[in-house]
Amino acid sequence: MSLIAKLTDSETRKRALLGIGSFLLPLLVWSLVSYVPFIWHPKVEVTVPGGVDYFQVGMLVDRVQFEDEVAYAREQHLALPAGKPANPIYLPAPHEVAKAFYTGFTKPPVQKDAPWLHESLWHSIQIIFWGFLISSLIGVPLGILAGTYTTFARLSEPFIEYFRYLPAPAFGALAVAILGIYDGPKIAIIVIGTLFQQVLIIANTTRKLEATIIEAARTLGARGVKLLTKVVVPGILPDLYRDQRILLGWAWTYLIVAELIGTSSGITFYITQQARYQHFDNVYAAIMIIGIIGFGTDLILGGLGRRLFPWDRAQDRR
Amino acid sequence: MNPNTSLSYLDQSADVKARFDRINQRETILEVRNLGKRFRSQQGEVEALRGINFSVRRREFVCVIGPSGCGKSTLIRILAGLESHTSGDVLLDGKPVKGPGQDRGMVFQGYSLFPWLTVKKNVMFGPQMNGRSHDEAERDARLWLDLVGLDKFADAYPHQLSGGMRQRVAIARALVNQPRILLMDEPFGALDAQTRAKMQSHLIDIWKNIDVTVLFITHDLDEAIYLADRILVLKAHPGEVQEVIEVPVPRPRTPAQFNSPEFRATKARLEELIHPAPEPESEDEQAVQPHLIRFTNVMDNVE
Repeated sequence: MSLIAKLTDSETRKRALLGIGSFLLPLLVWSLVSYVPFIWHPKVEVTVPGGVDYFQVGMLVDRVQFEDEVAYAREQHLALPAGKPANPIYLPAPHEVAKAFYTGFTKPPVQKDAPWLHESLWHSIQIIFWGFLISSLIGVPLGILAGTYTTFARLSEPFIEYFRYLPAPAFGALAVAILGIYDGPKIAIIVIGTLFQQVLIIANTTRKLEATIIEAARTLGARGVKLLTKVVVPGILPDLYRDQRILLGWAWTYLIVAELIGTSSGITFYITQQARYQHFDNVYAAIMIIGIIGFGTDLILGGLGRRLFPWDRAQDRR
Repeated sequence: MNPNTSLSYLDQSADVKARFDRINQRETILEVRNLGKRFRSQQGEVEALRGINFSVRRREFVCVIGPSGCGKSTLIRILAGLESHTSGDVLLDGKPVKGPGQDRGMVFQGYSLFPWLTVKKNVMFGPQMNGRSHDEAERDARLWLDLVGLDKFADAYPHQLSGGMRQRVAIARALVNQPRILLMDEPFGALDAQTRAKMQSHLIDIWKNIDVTVLFITHDLDEAIYLADRILVLKAHPGEVQEVIEVPVPRPRTPAQFNSPEFRATKARLEELIHPAPEPESEDEQAVQPHLIRFTNVMDNVE
């Protein structure tokens, strides 16, 4: 018993290490590109303008152009400019992004009236929440019905199959016309983007419920609504929960488009605004925090799922 | 050769004859009259069952046996009400069967337990569906779990149980509804030989102590003879009743009887019915010609 415990213990530790490693690896690549001067660094940051009249301290110049100017200055016996290798402005180093991450929450934004990072984020989370909730309230029951009753599936699925190919952002203008310019159309885009996939995915999950389980329930006297609520729904619940986790990720991908519709808002507004002022460290910090929130939510939901569905064997296989 | 070859499966000892007389005096529980089933498939119309006639008396143990494709599963599914029939009648206590009902319990081959419910709640499912209160259902479930020897596992989930234990739960779950007839569709087919033998004697014990009639489908000849009062032998394409055999092996049954003359005579008859002269192989089958090359050292022989 203790041997098995030890084995699984070392197994979990190995798994955790690999998990951390999968994050450290890209960070390592990013650090190498940022901190090792001879890797990439296609630009030169001017430290001494020398005799080149348009050079300024801190200016980024292409390496070829810089070498041309150095050669020209040497020819003309002017003061030589100096510089150090640098990356383009759109690739800040990890520590700069980390700093932006911290200041994003602690210091007011440089531009007046611009939203704080966390304000933008909170707004985005609310949009996602309402979009996903409305989509689920319609999509989950429809999916279960379509998966259970063939007639219902045949009546609804062809149209849904057609509709899901219509790109959600294409409804942007229409949504604004109907729902105004604030949060309404944004939530609508997320609903349109998620709902149709949701119905089809959940209908499929429902169909995969073992036929014997339904038959056994019928021979035991279950029928009609009770068959649906006491057998079909609990039978698919762990898979339904997994589907919902995947679909929630889906909803996040529609967020960026949704937030560009009507008045820009939320994290997308923050990102475009910061990019406009070339604060790329802030842009990266904002993009990463979307990932952190999405991934974090999924981890929490995954852990919750293991507690909610102790009988679910599929979780052990992960 | 064998001194017992003269014994026919039709010869019954006085005890056995008396037992069959008693069985035949009991009332009929299940009557199947001229039952037929046709369905359309991609290969055209298939006749799965044709003109099936038989009846089962109260507390009788009937096995159905036949080659694959004889429609024995279709038959039991029709009896359970999970499938419709195209002609004839199925009467339970004289009333025609319509859809599934709690008067017919069913045990499936696959593990049909509800994985999200504990063992106890699985057994409580039937009573609760039929309007019993939670407490009544729980009391019944405890009783039946005790009867199949799983009271200690009441709060376990099905995935934590072995195959044999799961089928015990499935039996308890079907019996708690107190069905008139227990339909069993190759319930022990997926179990290993040892567990299977144990489950067979356990099933006989249950049947002896409870007012229940059993219709049991199997493809295992030994299992059929060991369990049954009568064996319904089906033939395939279309599924028809070939013979109804009254098993001459006396009760109580023990595994020691597997070598008794009655047992062997019955088995010989069943083999004759189910495995007639081998059919010629299909063309595809003949096309399979293994071409073996020696992959090992010529000196490295295993035989």
